[in-house]
Amino acid sequence: MRKLTVPISEVTIRELTVGEPVILSGVISTGRDAAHKYIIDNFVKTGGNPPEAERELYAKLQDILTEGVIYHCGPVVQQQNGTYSFVAAGPTTSIREEPYQADVIEHFTLRAVIGKGGMGTNTLQACQKVGAVYLHAIGGAASLIAQSVKEVLTVYKKDEFGVPEAFWVIRVEDFPAVVTMDSHGNSLHDKIKSQSNAKLAELIGS
Amino acid sequence: MQDLTENFVELIRRAATDLPADMQQALEKAKAQEESGSAAEGALDTILRNVEMARANATPICQDTGTPIFEIHYPLGVSPRQVTEQIRKACAVATERAYLRPNAVDSLSGKNSGDNTGIDYPTIHFHEWDEDAIQVDLLLKGGGCENVSTQYKLPDSGLGAGRDLDGVRKVVLDAVNKAQGLGCAPGVLGVAIGGDRGSSYVKSKQQLLRPLDDANPEPELADLEERLLEEGNQLGIGPMGFGGKTTLLGVKAGALHRLPASFFVSVAYMCWANRRAQMRVVGEEVTYA
Ligand code: SF4
Repeated sequence: MRKLTVPISEVTIRELTVGEPVILSGVISTGRDAAHKYIIDNFVKTGGNPPEAERELYAKLQDILTEGVIYHCGPVVQQQNGTYSFVAAGPTTSIREEPYQADVIEHFTLRAVIGKGGMGTNTLQACQKVGAVYLHAIGGAASLIAQSVKEVLTVYKKDEFGVPEAFWVIRVEDFPAVVTMDSHGNSLHDKIKSQSNAKLAELIGS
Repeated sequence: MQDLTENFVELIRRAATDLPADMQQALEKAKAQEESGSAAEGALDTILRNVEMARANATPICQDTGTPIFEIHYPLGVSPRQVTEQIRKACAVATERAYLRPNAVDSLSGKNSGDNTGIDYPTIHFHEWDEDAIQVDLLLKGGGCENVSTQYKLPDSGLGAGRDLDGVRKVVLDAVNKAQGLGCAPGVLGVAIGGDRGSSYVKSKQQLLRPLDDANPEPELADLEERLLEEGNQLGIGPMGFGGKTTLLGVKAGALHRLPASFFVSVAYMCWANRRAQMRVVGEEVTYA
């Protein structure tokens, strides 16, 4: 199985094709609806000139996300003696971020987005343009994924967005996923869907 | 009647943190059939390792611990009201011990009750029987797969499905195709034919409690189950929708009487985390399976 380490180079990403299982290691950030909307409003729409109050976070996110990875996940988090750990950390449905994802990929030169269920045409095009992939995590495999989260480094916007929506910066080791959208315009989801549609028509004779 | 609260907590723990042996075997068999190095094999491998880990650490198999559904058979003399109280208490205790995630949300206020109890939550159905034993079957039904469960009304002209078993077959295959990428395949289908909309859905879920390898006593339904399993897998959707040989691990069907005017087909879709557990109480003795 191919191992990916963050930051990931464009060359490595361009070698990946749909259907390939990978394991990922390095520092990544979670982000769901609130985080994506925040990035668009403060960084993308301002052309990289965020309001004063958001500049510090912008620099930090640039560090993490440039050639980096964002994970669609709303974790169950435990706090003990001041340190956080992930108890359950399965993927959440990605398509909700479709209106934002392409811009976020381009803005930061993201190399991978992890989630479940796949994403749409805009994201696929951004992957092709920038050199990024969509990685599908295994739905329901919460224990195993939580185990691959070795460390919670920090969290941003926890009070503002709430625990599931915050930017959790985590160090993962051997995080298992499958490339289902690659940087060459291929989506495994579209391919499987058209095959199964054809097979269904054959089986029910319509 | 003795207080079974702690036993119900144990039943919930078993359901939430372990998979039934037949499900585990089916997943292992499926993994062996998938092409080596494929995404499908990788997904099944991850699922199986996750199951091992959850069992070893007594942590929930999936972060969504689902709706607890209890089907209870009891002899004359047992009080369903008392049993209900004990089950509700057990749900709260199991939540405290983190076997269950707080999952019961007030539909009006949006507030989570925090202890997995609420209006008609958990779901409990009672059936009186002649045996001198209490049998409790528990199913933890996840939300992702519940969202792709569905109901059809025959005839369905779009699918060319008439009011017969072939029509049933067509709509069920359509449901499997529509569920792709959602609901965490490979799954198990519970199918109910007939009834009204409500009874039909209930019956479809009750099918999910049947072991994977049981034989339907009704030959026509047994044939339908077998054919649907085979054809569902021919769709090639595969684990997680990655493509592959395993889309379904089992199909279980039951029939109910219906009104002449209606012909409903309900499809209860259960994800790979098909968490069911059973407890029997005979006299003072409590056993789990
Ligand atoms: S569908 Fe099942 S495996 Fe998937 S997230 Fe829901 S409960 Fe877990």
